[in-house]
Amino acid sequence: MNFISTIKLVVKNLRARKGRSFLTILGIVIGVAGVIIIIALGAGAQSLILGQVTKLGSNLLSVQPGKSNEKGPPAQVFGVVVTTLTSGDAEALRGNQVPHAVAVNALVRGSATVTAGNKTIDTNFIGSDSYYPQVVNITMQSGQFFDSQQDQGNANVVVLGSTVAEELFTSNGLDPLGQVIKVKNAASTEAGGIPLRVIGVIAPRGTAFFQDQDDQIMLPLTIGQQQILGIHHLQAINIKVAADTYIDETTNNIKDVLNQRHRIKTDSDVDYTVRNTASALSMLSTITDALRLFLTAMAAIALVVGGIGILNIMMATVGERTREIGLRKAVGATNKIIRNQFLIEASLLTGLGGILGIILGVIVSYLISLLMQYLDYDWAFVVSATSILLAIGVSILTGVIFGLYPAFKASRLNPIEALRYE
Amino acid sequence: MNLINVSHLQKDYESDGVVTPVLHDLSFKIDQGEFVAIMGPSGSGKSTLMHILSFLDRSTDGLYEFDGQDTKNFDDNYLAQLRNERIGFVFQSFNLLPRTTVLDNVKLPLIYSKKKNHDQLAKKALEAVGLSHRLAYYTNQISGGEKQRVAIARALVCDPAVIFADEPTGNLDSKSGNTVMHILQQLNEQGRTIILVTHETDTANHAKRIIRIKDGQLLSDEKVKERTIAQADKELIK
Repeated sequence: MNFISTIKLVVKNLRARKGRSFLTILGIVIGVAGVIIIIALGAGAQSLILGQVTKLGSNLLSVQPGKSNEKGPPAQVFGVVVTTLTSGDAEALRGNQVPHAVAVNALVRGSATVTAGNKTIDTNFIGSDSYYPQVVNITMQSGQFFDSQQDQGNANVVVLGSTVAEELFTSNGLDPLGQVIKVKNAASTEAGGIPLRVIGVIAPRGTAFFQDQDDQIMLPLTIGQQQILGIHHLQAINIKVAADTYIDETTNNIKDVLNQRHRIKTDSDVDYTVRNTASALSMLSTITDALRLFLTAMAAIALVVGGIGILNIMMATVGERTREIGLRKAVGATNKIIRNQFLIEASLLTGLGGILGIILGVIVSYLISLLMQYLDYDWAFVVSATSILLAIGVSILTGVIFGLYPAFKASRLNPIEALRYE
Repeated sequence: MNLINVSHLQKDYESDGVVTPVLHDLSFKIDQGEFVAIMGPSGSGKSTLMHILSFLDRSTDGLYEFDGQDTKNFDDNYLAQLRNERIGFVFQSFNLLPRTTVLDNVKLPLIYSKKKNHDQLAKKALEAVGLSHRLAYYTNQISGGEKQRVAIARALVCDPAVIFADEPTGNLDSKSGNTVMHILQQLNEQGRTIILVTHETDTANHAKRIIRIKDGQLLSDEKVKERTIAQADKELIK
């Protein structure tokens, strides 16, 4: 009896028990679908994070006040206010000690209450010097960004994010350009605010680093620092580097300049941190990798549980078909043929479960990607050939492993006792 | 030439260190073309004898020659091949596969053989038992008598040297039983060796020779004097 006719026989047997066969493989279907979905989610999340991080512009370095592990959270997270980073530092970084810095942008951030006519909204503001557009990729929807004269002259000007412009003006049919808005610190309880004239609106950018880039306003650095926040230090200096290859060199240049200016002699005195997008990326991927590992373990558990289900049903099947096995042996089936029949039955069941699981997994992953795209995330629908082959391989292997014992048991049945079995 | 030659055959069962003798010093010969009934009460060892003769079991001691060959050193795979090619089985409880058609049941031994044209051979065997009109029926759709005839067709399909029938009429009414015996007698007329195992004298009288066993020992071995000839039932065989 050859392999093909054994498979035909097994298929016939399985077809005769459709309902039970389906229930048997349900565990495998769910396990495999889980594996496919998790791999697809991992790839999708990675593409999302990569997109979020690179959207601000690649080749980006950021100097933040306070010492912290370069891969850990910034010092501000722990409520530490470090005031040592200043505009003088930014100016020094523009010097020839940092040759590969294309642009250096100093900024502060905060939340603000903005009033225009009778409308008041809460939003975020960035107090920035005029170098912002040279560091971060932005397109102006209308008007322009403030220039260095307006920045240094403390001109009362503001550039709006598209969402803010829409809420305050465009929704009322007004042209934002030339309008005056009043801006005050969101924590302030006093009435009024600093009047600023709108000179530009930035085209929609979506989210970057999981923050809505359109729901914010940009104003000159000193206005943000002194008039809104009441501080004299900086919260960040962003540096655009000429090319990827200069990231490490430029990081060292920046450290040299700052160590000199801040008179830092030992490592423990360091009062700033230089971060780059790559390290931010690796920090995020550490988290997603851990998450993926955890979910994969869950899927593996599902597969093992599915395999035990197969084991259970195959044992019951062998018991139920004892007489059939006895008969087959009486009419000439060898132990090997009986063993193969049950082994093929188990692997065919799990292989089929694997295929159904893949179909289910692909459909669910696709629906998730549609949902994420609908929610405006750059979510890629990725199902790799490797994950499909892996899923089929693992499910068939599950069948072989968990089918081995019942098949062995069936092949060892004594035909005389098996024929008498009631 | 003798098809079966048994000499001083011995079979013991061992369970928890206790040895129970089942067959004791049995000797007889069966020729090609005979119709032999092995008779004895329950526990006499007749089933054990049939299992040894049909290669489902091995003797503890003594000689068993099949077709001139000593079977002592045959391995399990060769015994399986012999069961497939030289032996046909008919059981008391039919042992047909459920959820399977009559034709597929008859084809079952063929899938373990080297023979070709399975459909053709199975149809020929079913014709011999008068069931050509039931090919596509499932085994739960036919009567008990028809089930046993399907089992006979299955026993015939590989063209065996000998058919072993273990209480073939035990689960049947007398009419169906008569038909089954008629078919077995006809097969014997055509030259087929039949070995019938039964505890009923009426059934045994259909054979030409009766070997009686009691407590694992040969009691008698004689020709049937007044043989019953089963008549074909026109209602049952179409």
